[in-house]
Amino acid sequence: MTTAVAPSTASGVAATSATPALRVQRRKRRETGAGWGFVAPFVVFFVAFLVVPVLWGLYLSFTGRTLTGAGSEVIGFANYAEALADADMWRSMGNTVWFTVLSTVPLVVVALVMAVLVNLGLPGQWLWRLSFFMPFLLASSVVSLFWVWMYNPQLGLVNSFTGIFGMEPVAWLQDPRYAMVGVVIATVWWTVGFNFLLYLAALQNIPEQQYEAAALDGAGPWRAFFSITLPQLTPTTVLIAILQILASLKVFDQIYQMTGGGPGGATRSTVEYIFETGFTGYRLGYSSAISYVFFALIVLVTIAQFAFSSRNGANS
Amino acid sequence: MSSQLLTAPPAPESPARTGRDARNARNARRARPKSGRPRLTPGGIAAIVVLLVLAVSWLVPFAWAVATSLKSEADAGSTTVSWIPAHGFTFDAYTKVLAEGNVLTWTFNSLFTSVVITVITLVISTLAAYAFSRIDFRGRKLLFVIVIGSIIIPPQVAIIPLFYEMLTLNLVDTYWGIILPQVIAPAMVFVLKKFFDQIPIELEEAARVDGAGRLRVFLTIVLPLSKSILAAVSIFVFIWSWNNFLWPFIITNDTALMTLPVGLQTVKSAFGVQYAQNMALAILAALPLIIVFLIFQRQIIKGIATTGLGGQ
Repeated sequence: MTTAVAPSTASGVAATSATPALRVQRRKRRETGAGWGFVAPFVVFFVAFLVVPVLWGLYLSFTGRTLTGAGSEVIGFANYAEALADADMWRSMGNTVWFTVLSTVPLVVVALVMAVLVNLGLPGQWLWRLSFFMPFLLASSVVSLFWVWMYNPQLGLVNSFTGIFGMEPVAWLQDPRYAMVGVVIATVWWTVGFNFLLYLAALQNIPEQQYEAAALDGAGPWRAFFSITLPQLTPTTVLIAILQILASLKVFDQIYQMTGGGPGGATRSTVEYIFETGFTGYRLGYSSAISYVFFALIVLVTIAQFAFSSRNGANS
Repeated sequence: MSSQLLTAPPAPESPARTGRDARNARNARRARPKSGRPRLTPGGIAAIVVLLVLAVSWLVPFAWAVATSLKSEADAGSTTVSWIPAHGFTFDAYTKVLAEGNVLTWTFNSLFTSVVITVITLVISTLAAYAFSRIDFRGRKLLFVIVIGSIIIPPQVAIIPLFYEMLTLNLVDTYWGIILPQVIAPAMVFVLKKFFDQIPIELEEAARVDGAGRLRVFLTIVLPLSKSILAAVSIFVFIWSWNNFLWPFIITNDTALMTLPVGLQTVKSAFGVQYAQNMALAILAALPLIIVFLIFQRQIIKGIATTGLGGQ
């Protein structure tokens, strides 16, 4: 409204060039120039390497495009219809969700246990932090090399350890019954340190007075943990869980490198299926359609989480 | 929407912090809240035992890899699983892996691409975040919503069209092909904007009255106040790009251009059953970042806690 009125007022008294409205307008124009100047470099990269591929992928998903460039005509929703009826796609979705369920719980709980214990203030703080956080600094390829070796059925440390308790040797990554569990254990080892640090930072922000007051009231350490520590950490727990679920749904690197999605597709995730239909099957259009089905799943999960966390008032 | 997921960054450093203030802040940090020091009660002992078991479990895969890398191939492949090799420790595996030469090339590629990615990300994200925070330009709100909204897009969704875009631009198997798509970090723009929002505007207004332009104010007043957040963002972006696998894996076929994570993956099958060499390679690949961490431990932990939630 105001912007529509201001110019006419300004032109009405154009002769006295220094009316406030005109000055505001000029200033606004200068600000617009400066603002776009500042954001321009980011916007150029953003458009070139995010917006363009995302929109192009959306277009491709409606075509039968292959690597050779054949089949580039628009075929409507045929790819989506095929994807929704594709048992392999649903299996990869199932694997992805199963991986997310199996990994998220320990990644939150173990991180919390680590942080609470380290925060007790034992000597050697840097050593504890180093032990738990160091794996996070490793590339997925290093983690995969480590764990493929740990899980080696004949020579690996894991089987020789479980053997002490009289358990039969297990082909951790080659047996469809254990492969996903094997991948999840390696993943927890790899990334729990990140959540651990976030919890540790949150723990150190809980005011000491609350514990003092609770101690005066005769509350023991367990009581203090459940009635002070856990409630105070709720926002952190919600945030960690939300981010962890979104990160786990995008799993690819370590599974691809440890099992290649095997045995027999038992650990193949959705991102790996997208990758394989695109780069091994050369079906760009179809691969893009699966990408967008996957994207829709991520958006739905995000919206659900957002609704859940705002209802619980954990967004402080 | 994702903005709700992010924690507020710390308040900017006050420009004139006295020595005593700094010392008080340090002391306050040292005397940080504890949920009760462990005493030698049964509960306290149990806590210590659990912590020790966890720490040992977390260190064992490292220790086992180091032990294996120091064995001869014969000992490493022996069916009697043992920490101490029958024929003594040796550096043979390291000598062989280094003589191949690829590890050093890959380390250089990783270092080069990660540094360039970090620098470009820092420059473009800081400029954009400052504009979003301070300059009232036309289209600002809409653009900010688009940029923040894009945090929700999984990069994997665009990876196939992105590859064909790079093919069209002739950037497959080049450093720029590896670097360019990795410099977009909307979450970091958000973290930086929140930080700039907290800097008192009076400092900038005074300088602008004195006739300083936007860029000059930004470079001489805002940036020096933002060292902590710039360090945090750099650390985060650097670790992330150093370890990034999927994109460099897709965009490089030429062994000479591979980054460390990608090269490691291709060599795994080539080495076959040479366990000691595999582990030597893994340790060599892990070392640079671990050394960096040991040197900058405090800053890295603080940086992760500050930017971590925004960056995943």
